[in-house]
Amino acid sequence: MKTRMLSLAGLLLAGPALADPDDDTLVINGEIEIVTKAPAPAHLEDVFDTIISGWHYRNDETQAIEADDFENPGMLGVEAARDDWFEVAGTGEESCASCHGEPEEMAGVRPVYPKWNEDAGEVRTLAMQVNDCRTSRMGAEPWKYAGDEMTDMVALISSVSRGMPVDVAIDGPAQSTWEAGRDIYYTRYGRLELACANCHEDNNGSMIRADHLSQGQINGFPTYRLKNAKLNAVQSRFKGCIRDTMAETFEPGSPELVALELYVASRGNGLSVEGPSVRN
Amino acid sequence: MADGVKPRVRVPDEAKAGEVIQIKTLISHPMESGQRRDDDGNLIPRSIINRFTVEFEGESVIDVAMEPAISSNPYFEFEATVPSSGSFVFTWYDDDGDVYTEEKTVTVA
Repeated sequence: MKTRMLSLAGLLLAGPALADPDDDTLVINGEIEIVTKAPAPAHLEDVFDTIISGWHYRNDETQAIEADDFENPGMLGVEAARDDWFEVAGTGEESCASCHGEPEEMAGVRPVYPKWNEDAGEVRTLAMQVNDCRTSRMGAEPWKYAGDEMTDMVALISSVSRGMPVDVAIDGPAQSTWEAGRDIYYTRYGRLELACANCHEDNNGSMIRADHLSQGQINGFPTYRLKNAKLNAVQSRFKGCIRDTMAETFEPGSPELVALELYVASRGNGLSVEGPSVRN
Repeated sequence: MADGVKPRVRVPDEAKAGEVIQIKTLISHPMESGQRRDDDGNLIPRSIINRFTVEFEGESVIDVAMEPAISSNPYFEFEATVPSSGSFVFTWYDDDGDVYTEEKTVTVA
């Protein structure tokens, strides 16, 4: 009882500081060291000194779930995707494994996506690339852009790159898409007239109703959210955020959200890939 | 049967006699509560794991009655004392009559 009273006093005194990011360190399965704080990339130096993974904004119990694959429910999606990886589908009689071998061969892919695709002449997300493989190479039906199968597959591809630093290219042919994404990031949407920056730049570390506002880094996506008990695609999160401003949203897979994903990913250049991460 | 049901168990391979070991279990299962409705307004039938038991060499370690309010993919973590080498048998009972079992052997050095 005494401890409870003490901690209650702490609660009252601490006030708004409670929502600040903590200084814990994340090591997954006791072996994958995750960089959760890093110097801001050059294009972001005027905004942040340090970029911080959303992991630091969660409480200890939630943080611990991500540190062990056995406890991380997002790994159930990864396991499901592993089955899909080896499953022959479509008219081409091929599976992902026919070309790519083991999923572990995809290490290093997640950190550089979204990425300019020269043949297609566009910036592509991992999900777009997976569906391109399914339709043009395998002769299979495309998956729903942010559906469960796709999100699980992106989680699998992400999981084998955990610990590697995010490093998306923002110059060259990708630059115009990146700039379009940046414009969206700073555009106020909806009846509440909120841009991404109003929450995630100006107010990270504060509470938004009952939840902590992070920097909005996406190195941890796909993310297992305790609130809906499933893996969430990054663009579903974007859509949810824009919806919360009481705006008409862009759809997952739309050019606007692809551009936004590239831009937001670039704000995390230097953080480790964490997906599938665990958040509230 | 419910789709994608797969039990997982983590038990140390070795232990000292009388040592308290940590056991983690998880079964992937939708745990449909029976309270929700589909897009047409029809009730989605209840489909949950309703009982979970663990035995060590025939002796009950835990026996859990599970109810519809438990989230999907139920996870249990608990401690057990291992008196000697032997096997833990984990059993999950599904509403639809299916029974899933998993066995893990612990060697006491």
